[in-house]
Amino acid sequence: MIGIEHYLTVAATLFVIGIFGLFLNRKNVIILLMSIELMLLAVNINLVAFSSFLGDLVGQVFTLFVLTVAAAEAAIGLAILVCFFRNRGTIAVEDINMMKG
Amino acid sequence: MIQADLSVILPEIILALYAMAALLGAVYTGKDKLASTLIWSTSALMVALAVWIGTSGSGANSAFAGMFVDDGFARFAKVVILISAAAVLVMGQEYMSRRGMLRFEYPILVALSAVGMMMMVSAGDLMSLYMGLELQSLALYVVASMRRDSVKSTEAGLKYFVLGALSSGLLLYGASLVYGFAGTTKFAGIIEVAQHGEVSVGLLFGLVLLISGLGFKVSAVPFHMWTPDVYEGAPTPVTAFFASAPKVAAMGLFARVMHDAFGHAVSDWSQVVAVLSVLSMFVGAVAAIGQRDIKRLMAYSSIAHMGYALMGLAAGTVLGVEAMLVYMAIYVSMNIGTFAFILMLQKDGQPVTSIDALNQYSRREPGKALAVLILMFSLAGVPPMLGFFGKLYVLRAAYEADLAWLAIAGVVASVIGAFYYLRIVYYMYFGAEGEDLDRTSSPVLWAFLMGSAAVMVLGIINMFGVDGVAAAAAAALVN
Repeated sequence: MIGIEHYLTVAATLFVIGIFGLFLNRKNVIILLMSIELMLLAVNINLVAFSSFLGDLVGQVFTLFVLTVAAAEAAIGLAILVCFFRNRGTIAVEDINMMKG
Repeated sequence: MIQADLSVILPEIILALYAMAALLGAVYTGKDKLASTLIWSTSALMVALAVWIGTSGSGANSAFAGMFVDDGFARFAKVVILISAAAVLVMGQEYMSRRGMLRFEYPILVALSAVGMMMMVSAGDLMSLYMGLELQSLALYVVASMRRDSVKSTEAGLKYFVLGALSSGLLLYGASLVYGFAGTTKFAGIIEVAQHGEVSVGLLFGLVLLISGLGFKVSAVPFHMWTPDVYEGAPTPVTAFFASAPKVAAMGLFARVMHDAFGHAVSDWSQVVAVLSVLSMFVGAVAAIGQRDIKRLMAYSSIAHMGYALMGLAAGTVLGVEAMLVYMAIYVSMNIGTFAFILMLQKDGQPVTSIDALNQYSRREPGKALAVLILMFSLAGVPPMLGFFGKLYVLRAAYEADLAWLAIAGVVASVIGAFYYLRIVYYMYFGAEGEDLDRTSSPVLWAFLMGSAAVMVLGIINMFGVDGVAAAAAAALVN
């Protein structure tokens, strides 16, 4: 029997993979965008699982909002990335180093 | 029914429709030639809305089944947000047009982010919280990288985007857990589940993740690492904007979530917020000492100031929220003056941000130097400037909420932080002989600098009545 805890475990795993992808990845900014997407999708799994478990539709409505915002966010991220690539000619994470921080 | 709902969010609708109409109009006609006009009309509209919101509203109204709340707290925050956004827009106009970076998208994006900020402080539901936050953040990411031919600006935008998206993710994961364990996304429903001493582990986990996400947005330590880079890399008018309105909105949202949704479980979050506060104050004060770039310095300064504002929030009382609101209003008015000064600094037509350039500034521009002296004293919290009373308010709130250790830490941090503010004053009055900066005459910036300095001095009489309004606003929020 698959219960709510299984869904939550999958979502938590995906979320942690996303966070690790952000911090451990040393290669490519595109991978950062993918990690962010993974985090948001983990949240969606959470919301849908809770929604089904609680018998309450609000969670699924929330998921639709999150999906929409994630799309807008990815578009803006890629646009900024293209601008950055035009200036630096690279999208390697280690080259984002003009300012110390 | 829908009419009543729409009339509650009418200011937001007007501003959003204005932004869309301005975008369409500018694309089909003069494009960047219209930018100056758009800046002035956007700020005029924002000031008009601020006056309208400040004078008309009364009581607490909610719309869309409690998703959107318009109470005294929201109105106070909205007025501060709109006025500071309008002021910063006007301040940047000359700086940007002289350097050919004035694009018509700028005022439109600022207007859209202002809509997001107004949504944030009015949120009554996790969904409207998230939508407002994202509307604000997405506009700010673009504004940060607005100088798309500059490596620094695009890098700032990229860093801001990645870390901002991470913080949204954390916040959202927290929101999903809160939804799951409270069974509702409405703050009014969450507060009934999250009673004193019986908050479930899942809800607590969600609460902590929410706090971390919000901590990113207010740039509280340990979630502050984006702030110095973004402040340094973004064009100075944009930095001025980042340091004012979004901070008020994020702080307003923080208070809104903590009190509206978790107001019956103060003991569960007060310690976490207190830790964020003390870390922010100390890191902001210590890390700024080594900075030579005035924009990076202002970034650490804003981190420290957020620490003080969080101290008010950590108190978890009506007095605490009142102190936080007063502190934010004072902080914004100090920052507007300081950034008006930073925008004026240039040599051979190029902007200067190194504090070494300020050597002997008082000999060349005594009036401006005096105004900056007042502002720096106020930022440092030296009596009798207004900044001191802001600090006094939060310290008293923390003390009365049995957080005496936090208040003492705040005093110590403010003494450390005074060093770098006073160093600027020292350079201006007693610095070594250096090369002259350009003598710029910009009536708008001059007026903002002098006005802000005057507020810091004259405000000590009665704070222009802000404390009374803030008290009413805080009473509307805390139950």
